[in-house]
Amino acid sequence: MNDMRIADRTVDANGIRIKASGVQVHYGDSHAIKDVSVDIPDKAVTAFIGPSGCGKSTFLRTLNRMNDTIPICRVQGNILLDGENIYDKRVDPVQLRAKVGMVFQKPNPFPKSIYDNVAYGPRIHGLTRNKAELDGIVESSLRKAALWNEVKDRLHAPGTGLSGGQQQRLCIARAVATSPEVLLMDEPCSALDPIATAQVEELIDELRSNFSVVIVTHSMQQAARVSQKTAFFHLGNLVEFGETSQIFTNPKDPRTESYITGRIG
Amino acid sequence: MSDISANTPGAGPTAGGPNAGGPNAGGKPKVSILGQSARMKARNRTESVFKVLGLTAILFSLAILALMIFTIFRDGTSAFFQTRMSVPVTLSAEVLDPAGNRNRDEMTKQTTMTYNKVINEAFLAALAAKGIKTDDVPAKELTDMISKGAAGELRADVLADPSLIGQTIDIALVAGGRIDGYMKGRVTRASAERDTNVTMGQLDVADRMKEAGMLSTSWNWDFLTNTDSSDTRPETAGVGVAILGSAYMMFLVLIMCVPVGVAASIYLEEFAPKNRWTDLIEVNIANLAAVPSIVYGILGLAIFINVLGGQMGVEALKMSASLVGALVLSLQTLPTIIIATRAAIRAVPPSIRDAALGIGASKMQTVFHHVLPLAMPGILTGTILGLASALGETAPLLLIGMVAFVANYPAAPWDGGFSDPATALPVQVYSWASRSDPAFIERSNGAIIVLLVFLLIMNVTAIILRRRFERRW
Repeated sequence: MNDMRIADRTVDANGIRIKASGVQVHYGDSHAIKDVSVDIPDKAVTAFIGPSGCGKSTFLRTLNRMNDTIPICRVQGNILLDGENIYDKRVDPVQLRAKVGMVFQKPNPFPKSIYDNVAYGPRIHGLTRNKAELDGIVESSLRKAALWNEVKDRLHAPGTGLSGGQQQRLCIARAVATSPEVLLMDEPCSALDPIATAQVEELIDELRSNFSVVIVTHSMQQAARVSQKTAFFHLGNLVEFGETSQIFTNPKDPRTESYITGRIG
Repeated sequence: MSDISANTPGAGPTAGGPNAGGPNAGGKPKVSILGQSARMKARNRTESVFKVLGLTAILFSLAILALMIFTIFRDGTSAFFQTRMSVPVTLSAEVLDPAGNRNRDEMTKQTTMTYNKVINEAFLAALAAKGIKTDDVPAKELTDMISKGAAGELRADVLADPSLIGQTIDIALVAGGRIDGYMKGRVTRASAERDTNVTMGQLDVADRMKEAGMLSTSWNWDFLTNTDSSDTRPETAGVGVAILGSAYMMFLVLIMCVPVGVAASIYLEEFAPKNRWTDLIEVNIANLAAVPSIVYGILGLAIFINVLGGQMGVEALKMSASLVGALVLSLQTLPTIIIATRAAIRAVPPSIRDAALGIGASKMQTVFHHVLPLAMPGILTGTILGLASALGETAPLLLIGMVAFVANYPAAPWDGGFSDPATALPVQVYSWASRSDPAFIERSNGAIIVLLVFLLIMNVTAIILRRRFERRW
């Protein structure tokens, strides 16, 4: 896995989806995220890299307010999604999460059928009027997740019976089914074998055409392969943020250079 | 076990030849893995000792259980059988319906005294007809062989079906408790000698009747359907009211405890903020589960019966009512159900909650669509365990008067039966076990069997439900 090639990148300057500025996160007394400002572009993959415990997952979870489930967690600063502050009092986090979907580190399909896994989001958000429309969404979501051909004959088999890579793609299909605007992925490949990882990475590259994707990863190679923008976190600080090619070939900060050359982390 | 290395050539530290160039050559003597080191032997020894101890513990408890079940069934099975005397009885219209119009109201004027006379005459006539020698026994002793409850049974039959009047029907008269015991082997001639309630003459006649085929022991449904009866006629006592009372209470406890318990657990686990108040509630729930049950009985007596039923005049809350019993048992079962449900909810992996929240399910949807179905088997187990302990609970029911002698069935639930006096199976067991007549001890054991069957049914239901919910992966 010494693949450090950087794919052709055409980062369309078609605007900023999420604009975070001056974000501070505290877990009780510990200061997990220190004054982070970052602009997540639309229709591109943004990678968060950094050593363990640097706060990249924490920051990801502030983007769809999943940190709200942790009672001791406090978030300060502004995070604007399409110009609207997601920490505004009038925002219902449940509604927000339908727009900002999330895929987790460990594949976590519901213990239901493949069909019900994908259909769950559209059902609770009332996105369809009849069974045919729902079937359509399920199929297109599974196609987007590159899983349709493998499961189309057993849609009513349990989702937990799939292999690890298939389960993770099912989770991606489930997240895609509610047609979010942003897709957050928290180390989506860390529990997968290399072949499944390759499939999911390919998928992420395809998802870019429809969504703004943010991915947290431990693997610098992965960040180099799939992302257009890279943010390097260290000890709760955003050390450097820029074009992936620039971060990996010409890092401005010595800490970034130490990390990507393997001297820290 | 040093002999092992001796028996294995080349394995000992001394046989270093082939390994001289190996990694062990540097000074650490080579230790063979073909034998056990002293330390390993000690570890294996403790392990086998532990296994033997565990097995002994299991065998011991199984033996105790088997002994308990054996004694209960040995002493209790006979309660399900009853000795009866087949006697042809002529139901003459002049005696039983002097008005002659088969009017039920008129016929009720004939009390059990009248029927008693009819039965006694028929019994003596039947003995004579079968040619059974009775001249050595006074007629009073002969008629005393019949249960005092027999006349009541016949009267109820006739009032239920007045067309019987005028016919001669074969009736299986219930034999008295001592004769019944003699037939089942509980009363022996030796024990009868010291017993003033039975004479040798009666036992002689019983033997002769058995030879003539007039006396036989058969399955006794009445034990399951009859109500309790007075001290003088154990043979007609049954667990009917107790079964119904227990069933009423289990039903009420179920519908009161499960919704409240599950709702409380969901709130505490999923919604409540974690602060000093919830900590306090948590500690108190755990403590409530450990409060001796009789305390709940005192509470029930004071609050439900005296304050709510007495001073505030709530009609439904009366002494001995199954509703009050159920309320008291609910107080006791609720903490158990809450603790079990919370454990079941906590055991649902957080990744499922994240998954649901991550695609925009609300907290409520997360809980009801995902957490609760996965916690269901655990909740069911906890509920059944709680109900089972409530079913066997005696002490609090004694305090709210459910130990009273209840001779009438409570009404159906829609007729206010929940506030009619009733008793419960474990209370019936207690009350019969404390009576002096050994025939009641037999009934007491029989009631324990009924209670065990109840528990078995509940546990099997729980297992079936559990399987059904688990099948949904």
